[in-house]
Amino acid sequence: MNLLRTPFFEHHKAAGGRLIDFGGWELPVQYTGIIEEHKQVRSSVGLFDVSHMGEVFLRGPGALDAIRYLVTNSIDIPNGHAQYTAMCNPAGGIVDDLIVYRLSDEEVLVCVNAANRTKDFQWIRDHNPRPDVDVADESDRWAQIAVQGRNAEAALDGITSVDLTAVPSFGVVRASVGDVDDCIVARTGYTGEDGFEIFLPVSGADHIWPAVLKAGQPYGITPIGLGARDTLRLEAKLMLYGNDIGDGTTPLEAGLGWVTKLDKPDFIGKAALEAQKAEGLKRRLVCLVVEKRIARAHCPIIVDGEVVGEVTSGTKSPSLEANIALGYVPRRVARPGSRVQIDIRGRLAEAEVVKPPFYKRPY
Amino acid sequence: MSYPADLKYTSTHEWIRLEGPHVTVGVSWFAQDSMGDVVHVELPEVGDTVNAGEPVCEIESVKAVSDVYSPVGGTIIEVNESLEDTPENVNSNPYTDGWLFKVEVGPTVALDECMTASAYEQHCAG
Repeated sequence: MNLLRTPFFEHHKAAGGRLIDFGGWELPVQYTGIIEEHKQVRSSVGLFDVSHMGEVFLRGPGALDAIRYLVTNSIDIPNGHAQYTAMCNPAGGIVDDLIVYRLSDEEVLVCVNAANRTKDFQWIRDHNPRPDVDVADESDRWAQIAVQGRNAEAALDGITSVDLTAVPSFGVVRASVGDVDDCIVARTGYTGEDGFEIFLPVSGADHIWPAVLKAGQPYGITPIGLGARDTLRLEAKLMLYGNDIGDGTTPLEAGLGWVTKLDKPDFIGKAALEAQKAEGLKRRLVCLVVEKRIARAHCPIIVDGEVVGEVTSGTKSPSLEANIALGYVPRRVARPGSRVQIDIRGRLAEAEVVKPPFYKRPY
Repeated sequence: MSYPADLKYTSTHEWIRLEGPHVTVGVSWFAQDSMGDVVHVELPEVGDTVNAGEPVCEIESVKAVSDVYSPVGGTIIEVNESLEDTPENVNSNPYTDGWLFKVEVGPTVALDECMTASAYEQHCAG
């Protein structure tokens, strides 16, 4: 099968991006180096191609009721606001984690993980409780870029048709960006920094890439690959679906209780999550700092000689110069300060549970 | 991209420099470039006995961990301890400051299965 290419493919190639097969998409894992790109985003601003993400729209009079039944968060937000949430199955397992953008009373945009696009669309369509709501997978019609970092607002200011200073965190507006009309501009991201995610109609999107690079030049903006996207999100303890969360983990176990509103009317997975809460959680996803070596996904976590869980993500943190990891552990060792061991390819490394997240932006 | 002509190369991307009774081993430009930013090197111990084709060393990049295989059998006589503080030398100078370990191989060492620089370059291009 041919790999899918985003509208910005030629720009990645021309810039020397190292292209890889990322879930069927030909995307750059890095341009100059993961550490350099990571630090660029933490210190100023970077540009990401996230066109592989999926866009599902719910439209109709019951759009809000429908989405509130489908996801765990309240979606009790005004028009022009967004919310991060989980979407669960009846057992409380996570179908996906996603951002819901409330565009109007009757139009909701759901941005889903690329790998889950088809599954999510079918799930939403099959479980949509409102016959007056149309569910449309418009992923092929939208490109998406992310401009992330403390200088993101300044970088985009000159080429966006709206005043970005008036867009709050998790705000969303329709605007023109460069000469592309009908974009959806949201103050959201996946890096732990301030920044924007911009949905662009695919037709005519390709020259937005050089336009944003030019607009961000005073701030030293550079393109950022998927490698740094992963280290940035991990430092901020943002979930990677398929690694840290999945069908077999619940939002309560993953530390996503803050987006799980058990006091709202019925939603898919509510009964199971209530039961899990009442029984008490058996395990939790925790932040770990590992001594000397780097733990990777699936490394066993050991307490008193027994395997009690496993690492779900791990790397060397470019910001902290420490080896960081996420992993599931029993509740008795889930408190910050608890000590565990990690079996890294047959040898044990010492690790400590720390307070989440690893990195919090200082502004 | 560079592959010095005085070195031999393996299909698993190590380079070998034959220096009398011992060989020095590192990873090629192609290998370090594929790994990306190297952040940690887990070196073997001096005195370890190693067999040809055996993994003896791990290189951690931000993305992943890669095994380094000893191209020859023998005894580890020296490791590049400076990599503990400057693992990035594997990226910046893979053939000089980024060397990994030295193996005492005795009088008869067979490097027949190793490639010349030009053969290795073709191997990488393929």
